[in-house]
Order: sequence, then C-alpha cells, then structure tokens
Amino acid sequence: MSGARGGPQPGDGAMSAAMRPFPAAAREALRDTRLRANLAGATHTIREKRNRVVAEVPDWPQLREAGRAIKVEVLAHLDTYLEAFEQAVTDAGGHVHWAPDAAAANQVVLDVARAHQVSEIVKVKSLTTDEIGLNDALAAGGVHAIETDLAELILQLDGDWSSHILVPAIHLNRTEIRDLFRATIADPSLSDDPRELAEASRRYLRERFLTARMAGSGANFGVADSGTVCVVESEGNGRMCTTLPPVLVTILGIEKLVPTFGDLEVFLQLLPRSSTGERMNPYTSLWTGVTPGDGPQEFHVVLLDGGRTRVLADEVGRQALHCIRCSACLNVCPVYSRTGGHAYGSIYPGPIGAILTPQLYGIEAAPTLPFASSLCGACYEVCPVMIDIPSVLLHLRAKAVAAEAKSGERLAMKAVSWIFGGRRRFVAAARLGRLGQRPLVRRGRIVRLPAPLAAWTRTRDLRPLSSESFRDWWERRR
Amino acid sequence: MRVALFITCIGDTVTPEVGRATVAVLERLGHEVSFPAEQTCCGQMHINSGYRAEADRLGERFMEVFDGCEVIVSPSSSCVGTMRELHPALRGRLFEFSELLVNELGVTDVGASFPHSVVYHPTCHSLRVTNVGDAPLQLLRAVAGLELVELPDARECCGFGGTFAIKNADTSTAMVIDKCAAIVSTGASVVTAVDSSCLLQIGGRLSREGAEVRTMHLAEILAHAASG
Repeated sequence: MSGARGGPQPGDGAMSAAMRPFPAAAREALRDTRLRANLAGATHTIREKRNRVVAEVPDWPQLREAGRAIKVEVLAHLDTYLEAFEQAVTDAGGHVHWAPDAAAANQVVLDVARAHQVSEIVKVKSLTTDEIGLNDALAAGGVHAIETDLAELILQLDGDWSSHILVPAIHLNRTEIRDLFRATIADPSLSDDPRELAEASRRYLRERFLTARMAGSGANFGVADSGTVCVVESEGNGRMCTTLPPVLVTILGIEKLVPTFGDLEVFLQLLPRSSTGERMNPYTSLWTGVTPGDGPQEFHVVLLDGGRTRVLADEVGRQALHCIRCSACLNVCPVYSRTGGHAYGSIYPGPIGAILTPQLYGIEAAPTLPFASSLCGACYEVCPVMIDIPSVLLHLRAKAVAAEAKSGERLAMKAVSWIFGGRRRFVAAARLGRLGQRPLVRRGRIVRLPAPLAAWTRTRDLRPLSSESFRDWWERRR
Repeated sequence: MRVALFITCIGDTVTPEVGRATVAVLERLGHEVSFPAEQTCCGQMHINSGYRAEADRLGERFMEVFDGCEVIVSPSSSCVGTMRELHPALRGRLFEFSELLVNELGVTDVGASFPHSVVYHPTCHSLRVTNVGDAPLQLLRAVAGLELVELPDARECCGFGGTFAIKNADTSTAMVIDKCAAIVSTGASVVTAVDSSCLLQIGGRLSREGAEVRTMHLAEILAHAASG
C-alpha cells in the first residue's frame, strides 16, 4: 500500500528514487493555474495575519532571541535532557521507546497495536508520522490509521499528500473539497459552505473518536524536567485523540524537547502568532504520563532520531533543528508561494524543507533543494527561532557541489574564478565577450543565447556587455 | 573625503553608466574618487553557487586590492552586504552608495532634478543583508521634480538571485512577471533600485514584454543635475 498518501515518503526509503529535481517539479507546478491562485491567496492571507499579530508584541525580538537560546541550550545538552525526559515520563507511568530510525519507530506503534489487538487507530499532529511513513507501515501490518486533523483527513480521503507544514491541504480550495467529500463521506447535496463541510467531517470523525481504542500522535514539545507532552492545535480533534482512546502512542522527534515547563511560555507565544496568525492557539493539550480514571491509561512515547543526530553534528546546519514547525517561512517565501509544497518532494517543504530534507536524508537524496531559493532572506526575517536559513542554504550548496561528479558548471565556475583572479585576464575576457556577442545583439538587446544561458533568454532579454567598460571610460577621462 | 570605488564585475562590463553616475554625484559633492585598477569581482556568484574555495580566493584578492582604502563605496548593495558578512573588517569601511551619502556624509539632497514618476524596488539584499533602510527613499524624496510612486508588494523578491535565475528559470520568471506587473500597474515611467543585477532581471523582463517603463539605478537619477 505504498503511497497511500500519494507522495514520496522519505521515511520508507523511497525518497531518493521518488524525488525529482526541484526545477522540473517546480516547472510542472507553476503551470497549474488553479494551484497558483489557491496558494497566492492563502499564503498572502496568513502572511498579513501574522504580520498584524506580531506587530502587537513589543518584545518580539527578545522573544525570538529567547526561543533561539532555549533551542541552542537543548541541542548542546540533548543527551542530558533526553534522559531527564525519559525518567520523568517513566516516573509518571508512561513508557519510553528509543527509535534510531523510521522502521524502529513504526515497529513500536505496530507492536502496541498488536498487543491490544487493535485494527484501527485515530491520529493527529501527523507531520512526524508522515516523515517516517507510519500509515503505510501500519497498513502493511493490517492496522488502518484514520487522520483526524481536518486537512489531513481531506488528504487521506483524496490519496493526496501534504503540501504545507501547517495547512497541509493549502493547495485545495473549497469546491475541490466539497467534491471530494461528496465522493467519500457525505451525500451529493453537500454544498461548499465551510460550515457544511466542517459538519460533514465532524459526523464522520465523531464516530471514529468514540469507537477508537488506540490513538497515535506527533507532538509540538516535550518537557524534559516534567515529562509533559504538548500538542497545539486548532480544531479540538487532537484533544479527542489524546483523551478518548485508552491507549496513546506519541512520536516525538528528539529535538522537540524544552528544558522546563516554564520554557513553554516562550514558544506558546512565538508559535501561534507565527503559524496561524493567532494570539493564542485554540487548543493546547498537555499531559504527563497517565492519570488514573482520566484520559489514556496506557501511554507510550517514541523518541525518534531519524537522521537528527547527523544534523546535530553539523555546526552550521544544526540550527535547522531549532524549527518549531510554524511554517511562517513557507508563507513568506516567494518560491514556495508560487510552486507550492509538492515540488519540494518532501513532507518538509519551503525554505525550512530546503535545509531540513537534504540534512535528514543526505545531500545526495536532495541535491537540488538548497538551490531552490533566490536567497531573498524573507524566511530568516520571520523565523520565530532565528534560523539563518540563507546561510545554511549556502553551506548545503557547497556540500552539493562537493558531492557532485565533475560537471560543465564546475569547469565554468573554475574558469570564471580564474578570469576574475587577475586584472589582465578579466579585461581580456570582457573584450572577447564584446566581440563574441556582436552577432547576438539586436537593437541593444540579446534575445537568444545558447544553453545554459538560454534559460535566461527564453523569458527575458539580456543587456549586452557595454561597448565601453567603466575602466576604459575611467582611463580615457584621466 | 577620499572614496575608493568598487565598481563590481557587472558594473564594469554591463552597466558602466551606473559607475559614471556614482562618480559624478560624489565629485559634485566635492569628494575625491579613486579607482583601484586591479579590482575585478567580489566572488559573490561563487559563494552563492556553492564554490566556496573560489569565492574565498576572490574575497582575499578584494581585501588586498582595497588594502589601505579608508572608505570604499559600491553601487551594489548585494556585493557590499556579502563582503561585509564574509569580512567583518570591512564594516565601517565598505558602504553601499545610498548608505554612504545619507548615513556617512549626512546628505539627502544631492542637487538632482528628475521630473519623472519613479517607483523604488527595495532589493532583498539591500533590505535584509546590507540594511540600507530608507536611505534610498530619503535621497529620492529630495530630488527636484521627482514623483515617487508607491510600489505594491514592494518587498517581494524580483526573482534574480544570481544563478537562481538560470538554475530555476521557471520559478525566477514567475517571480519577475509578478514584479513587473506590480511596476506597470503604478503607471510610473521609471523603476529604480540600488542593485544593477536585480535591475537586469526586471529590465530584461520589461523589455521582453515591450513595457514602456525604464530601469535606472538610483545613482543615475541622482546624477541628473538641477542645472541640467
């Protein structure tokens, strides 16, 4: 049942094979005019909301600095915090599992399901579980996973996959969702009124919540000193998942820890304003181990590495692990807001995906992603934990070039740097260029060039080299 | 003040009128401009394309060529920002043109006259790396006869991004099409910026579309003297 959710699932190892180079995937996405319209509308709306509510906070720069500092501290002493978390969860009656990779994490969930003879689980906060391809792994073991976050449910019903970290179905509009619901969970009289759409999903999901005997989830934060797990969401479906079924398994990326309960204060301010443009998110669920007579009576946490320790070993790249999955960088990105998330070929799209995917799965798995940016810096400007995405992109570009076999580009770049390495060479090359371009210039413009520069002239004219260089003018006037 | 000019590789070979205008404005204000002839390129293209060793060599070469120059100016915010990030010793020494005028020399009215409607495109590097702030706008507002028109979604990238414009040509084109639509929608006759590279991208697309709008570097507008 590989690809039940449609897209490449990095976790199941299909990623490098499934992943197309970004430029080709982007070209296709850019042709989809409906996708372009859906994306432009949605990203601009969230962007403006975010700007409004961030502007209300006078100490926003200090909050960002605090968020960054907490993440730096956690990553610098991750071993200590992980062990403290394990101890606290265990003391509170929970079970902790260590998963070096996706397969190990998936196996834990499957084992728990089997131990309880469960054939269906409800799920929420599914980003990390998408990363490891949990649904497919469960399906292979005879367990059906039902997504309960509305957008995730839509994608699951459609056999589609997430194109945005926070708004996974951002590429679909209301009419498309109505048609999908009509074909799957609702009757043909359903309209595209948002209330009707929500009601249709509510009817469908309510029954699942009340009958499910096991739930699976991701999480936003784990608190090292108390063993508390935190899920932040907008619909309340998450709370249904984390409170109704008697068994709960949570997959937590090891970078998601904060040292103390008090540290949540910083992130619970940064996250909703950055992600949904809300002052406070509607549902914040916090639980610690198990509480007799209240909520799940059996609780498991799977601590997932999945390439994270490799990222941690990279001094420049490790700041990608600061990410709190707010997706502000996606919404402001001029590339993402035009191509959408699927072009990135990973469940982590946009600027953060461009630095996270090649690090989690290796640069050879995603060598074009670090180049999927004009380096405009809008992502760094909005990042609530101050990840310097442009710098990490440059760092990864150097890695991509180093990992590549000899190429025409490399020869050209070396030649150009040799030319730039001396005044005489530079002047001679410019003179040669002026001669060489003559047959190409029409009315002061170059409209057609051979590859690779044809990529420019297909859609843009190019100014030719000037007949007199600045330095020639300077010499002449002296 | 004695100011060394870093013309940049594009400024030397493709857009020399920008350098000539930069010299004209500085000399009109009574400053002495020098041009270290050994200069070539700062290496930004190499660093942005992942060729760090080559970029480092060009960066070191830049430092040698401009060794001893107390104040360096360049009409390219992008090269200035990159060099200041890579070589912190250049902070307080290397300035983008509008930054030098407004923040260092304390001038906003350079005695220019330009009776046209103009939109200003704040380039990404000038906004977020070089941090020139509103220095270019202060200078434009002081130009006699100039009508400054607001550009919708001004802070959106034009899609140049160095080799991005080639490697991801389709995405780059989608970006510049939107930028040009915003520019044309204002009805302005000139679009200006503090980076010639972005203006090559915008101008190249405007030209392909047959739009009437001209691209001009900020220095060119400021060089238009009031006396004519």
